[in-house]
Amino acid sequence: MIGSGDFLQTMATTGNLALWTTVILLIIGLPVAYFLAYGDFKGKSAVEALICMPMVLPPTVLGFYILLAYSPQNGFGAFLERYFDLRLAFSFTGVLIASVICSMPFMIQPLQNGLALLPSSYREASYTMGKSKIVTFFRVLLPNIKGSIITAIAMTFAHCMGEFGIVLMVGGNMPGNTRVASIALYDEVQSLNYEAANQYAVLMFVVSFIALTVIYSINKSRRI
Amino acid sequence: MKSLKMDVKKKMHTTEGEKYLEFTEEISQGDFICLVGHSGCGKSTLLRMLAGLTKPDVGKISYGDEIWYEDVSGKNLEPQKRHIAYMFQDFALFPNMSVEENIMFAQSKPDKDTVEELINIFGLNNLEKVKPGKLSGGQKQRVALARALASRPSILLLDEPLSAIDWHMRPALQDEIMKAHKYLGGISIMVTHDQMEANKMGDRIITL
Repeated sequence: MIGSGDFLQTMATTGNLALWTTVILLIIGLPVAYFLAYGDFKGKSAVEALICMPMVLPPTVLGFYILLAYSPQNGFGAFLERYFDLRLAFSFTGVLIASVICSMPFMIQPLQNGLALLPSSYREASYTMGKSKIVTFFRVLLPNIKGSIITAIAMTFAHCMGEFGIVLMVGGNMPGNTRVASIALYDEVQSLNYEAANQYAVLMFVVSFIALTVIYSINKSRRI
Repeated sequence: MKSLKMDVKKKMHTTEGEKYLEFTEEISQGDFICLVGHSGCGKSTLLRMLAGLTKPDVGKISYGDEIWYEDVSGKNLEPQKRHIAYMFQDFALFPNMSVEENIMFAQSKPDKDTVEELINIFGLNNLEKVKPGKLSGGQKQRVALARALASRPSILLLDEPLSAIDWHMRPALQDEIMKAHKYLGGISIMVTHDQMEANKMGDRIITL
């Protein structure tokens, strides 16, 4: 089974989805976390709550609304089809966008906490030295939250590797396109093919275990 | 000769309720000023207003011909453009940078000769490559002072720089601060709780 075309294809789709979600979220997450950590604006609590919603909402709820948004019957979906000839439902791109929305709190929360815990005197000292906010961000703040950055990356990647509900709702189960490991595992169980199911399960277990071990090792070394 | 003029008012929220900090003063070049007063009277707030880190409610701050803050015109010069150095209570040394990198970061253009000179003046030889996490309190204070001088600022602001230092080490470090003030030849303003320290170091003592 391991090494079979189906298995490799499914794992490649899963890995691709996790990798691209993590990269996109790191790029989006850093500025968002900065504004949430240091910004003081009206509606901040509502924005924070909205970003955290995927942690408490069943993925099917989010998936349902995303699927509605993608539908050519509705405004956003119709706009994409008319001007870009693009249908996101049941496509890898559609699943990727849904995965980015769904995994947002796993990236943003550790980054925001890391930034908020740094003494404000670091930023202020840098400003009084004539350094801009961008220079301060890249040379003073980011290097001092390395642990939070690695935690955010590991959490997001591990969460995406196990994504199930949202992928099933938005992407279905199309081999080589939207079929990910957790859905393949479910399929194999339904077919009473436990050996194949076990191989998917073991691989996902190992990836999650490695990700969490990395996070705990970083936190331990920061405590010492 | 340039002087620093301050005439500001700021509402403060303290444990004893709302308070108004009102401050009017002119400080001449070369002066070492000690700001004293009880906790919560606004000493640090005053320093932060000078640095541009806290905005006054009303008033005016100017240095020479340059206006830093003016409520009427709405001008509030960013901290980056005031050419001051601020030494924080916790020293705010960047943990990701070595002693040498911390000092160099304060310069607008890297100037190795000045960094070496400051390392010699403050006895930091052999510590250039060490990260702040491995330094003692006294060493951190000397690095923070060296870093504060690296860009040759016009004004040196010191927010209780000795509060985290053991009593027996204070006299030596007070001398280091005076050395820094003389090196710059500009204006230095230090917040302290210690009246004896203020008497020893200040050309003038301002009680809030």
